[in-house]
Amino acid sequence: MKSRRNTELVLLVFAWALGILGTLQVGWATGEGTPPRLWITISAVALIALVMHVVVRVRAKYADPIMLPVGTLLTILGLIMIYRLDVADARRAELNNAPLPTPDVYSQLTWFAIAGILFCGVFILLRDHRRLQRYTFTFGLIGLVLMVLPLAPVIGTTVNGATLWIRVGDFSFQPAEMAKILLTIFFAGYLVKTRDSLALVRTKVLGIGLPRPKDLGPIVIAWFISLGVLIFQRDLGTSVLFFGLFVSMLYIATQRRSWLIIGFFLFLGGAYFAYANFGHVQARVTVWLDPWSYADTTGYQIVQSIYGLANGGILGAGLGQGFPNLVPFASTDFIVAALGEELGVTGIFVILLLYAILIERGLRTAITCRDGFGQLLAAGLSITFALQVFVIIGGVTGLIPLTGLTTPFLSYGGSSLVANWVILALLLRISDRSRRPDLSKVSPDDAMTQVVPRVNQ
Amino acid sequence: MSELALTLVRLAFLGLLWVFVLLAVWVLRRDIRQPEDSTGSGRVKKKSKGRQPKPPKPPKISRKQKVRGNRLVVIDGPLVGTIVELAGAQITLGRAPDSTIIIDDDYASSRHARIYESEGSWVVEDLGSTNGTWIDRSRITTPTVLPVGAPLRIGRSTLQIQN
Repeated sequence: MKSRRNTELVLLVFAWALGILGTLQVGWATGEGTPPRLWITISAVALIALVMHVVVRVRAKYADPIMLPVGTLLTILGLIMIYRLDVADARRAELNNAPLPTPDVYSQLTWFAIAGILFCGVFILLRDHRRLQRYTFTFGLIGLVLMVLPLAPVIGTTVNGATLWIRVGDFSFQPAEMAKILLTIFFAGYLVKTRDSLALVRTKVLGIGLPRPKDLGPIVIAWFISLGVLIFQRDLGTSVLFFGLFVSMLYIATQRRSWLIIGFFLFLGGAYFAYANFGHVQARVTVWLDPWSYADTTGYQIVQSIYGLANGGILGAGLGQGFPNLVPFASTDFIVAALGEELGVTGIFVILLLYAILIERGLRTAITCRDGFGQLLAAGLSITFALQVFVIIGGVTGLIPLTGLTTPFLSYGGSSLVANWVILALLLRISDRSRRPDLSKVSPDDAMTQVVPRVNQ
Repeated sequence: MSELALTLVRLAFLGLLWVFVLLAVWVLRRDIRQPEDSTGSGRVKKKSKGRQPKPPKPPKISRKQKVRGNRLVVIDGPLVGTIVELAGAQITLGRAPDSTIIIDDDYASSRHARIYESEGSWVVEDLGSTNGTWIDRSRITTPTVLPVGAPLRIGRSTLQIQN
């Protein structure tokens, strides 16, 4: 198999050029003219993308060629939209004679740079993804600690009702994003060892082969963790994400449909419990069923989002020509609504297809990967993307009750951007292994210590 | 900026976004069409139903290594077509990721069996597997000489030593 690094470079340049065009269009359409510091911004993006490309070229020659450009394009689209919302916010502040707000786009760009550094760090520090398997339980423990960290008295911060952030000085971070990665590694490592007993030992109940109560342990724990997140941190999105991730990884590891059935019923139970006991969950469901009755209060956000999407129509209002800033939290949770308004259905489909391509490449990496741990890890990481995209875009468009999750790569927010780039780096690391030719029959132990002869073809 | 120019830029942006997607899909297709010929992994074959089943190519072995005659061939099961040269070192079979031949099969154990050379012949030893290692129709309990051509069954896979 060819390394296809040049394909990757071409696609990256394409994504970068699209970014320039989009930024210019925002400037022209809003009457700002050429955006200030345009050259610095686009050279920064070019530099970050180029460094990432070079690191992949050197350290993971056979990695998948599509994932990096797709992730870059999504990040760039997010940057464009954040810049566009900055312009709108500045306009509004001008009209109200309020002080100009600090633009978000530069801090997002800084986070992109940090994400790029961590991305490269993954390739430089981690030569082989199987090394992660050794620290299965360490990662699991750190992941759990990160999950509960926002509840800690001094550093934990509650924003808009959800206790999700930790704050040290001026620096705030959402540890659940990193915990997501660590717990995926933990689950992959744990399941690869226990999947035999999970898959093979079963007792028949009503014709469905159920696992032994003893083997049910991990899924029950996962269920309690996600319920705990829901109860104590009031974060619906993360709890749905974790539970979905655990159930799908169990299914992939054991290839038993009964996990999906069990998972589904546990989800129903949990969802009903949450609905019956928590006001904020009830409010979400009520708004989802009929946003128009609450258009001025709790349903305002979703109604504005629907208006925006309707305004966008097929071809969109055009970048800089809509009113995406009318939706509260347009740059974080509702960035898809903002993009939908300005790029229309045509643009939203591009975004959905980009995610689909990313997830397909991730799952394909999982299929071609030769070791069980890598398979489960790649599948799990791809599924976090899939679930996040489904939950947040479904929520924004009114398909399912709205839950706050970030849109991978697009949303404004450092923790999420960094975490998603780390996930992408891990997927590329695994895909380098699985696509590399002529390694299949070298025993892995040797491969770790020996220099593998390069095959030129 | 005139209205017309803005509309053109706007449509061009959307068009180029689609060009990017189509380009990515095109790369992806090219990638799929000449797929896992180098991976030598049977799992891929099993999962990618509906695609033209290519005759599985034997994995390339470093040309520097002089082949010493015998080779172990998987003749049935998910890994069918995999060939491992028997070059003196022992070969481990099982689901463990560090096995020489990773048999990912519900009926195989992590460390299922090993094959090693002893006094000029190949000997297979069961490593305490759950479902047993079979030569033809008999389950082996002690290290047993594996004659050339005899079917060695592990889980759903059948292997054979060929010259």
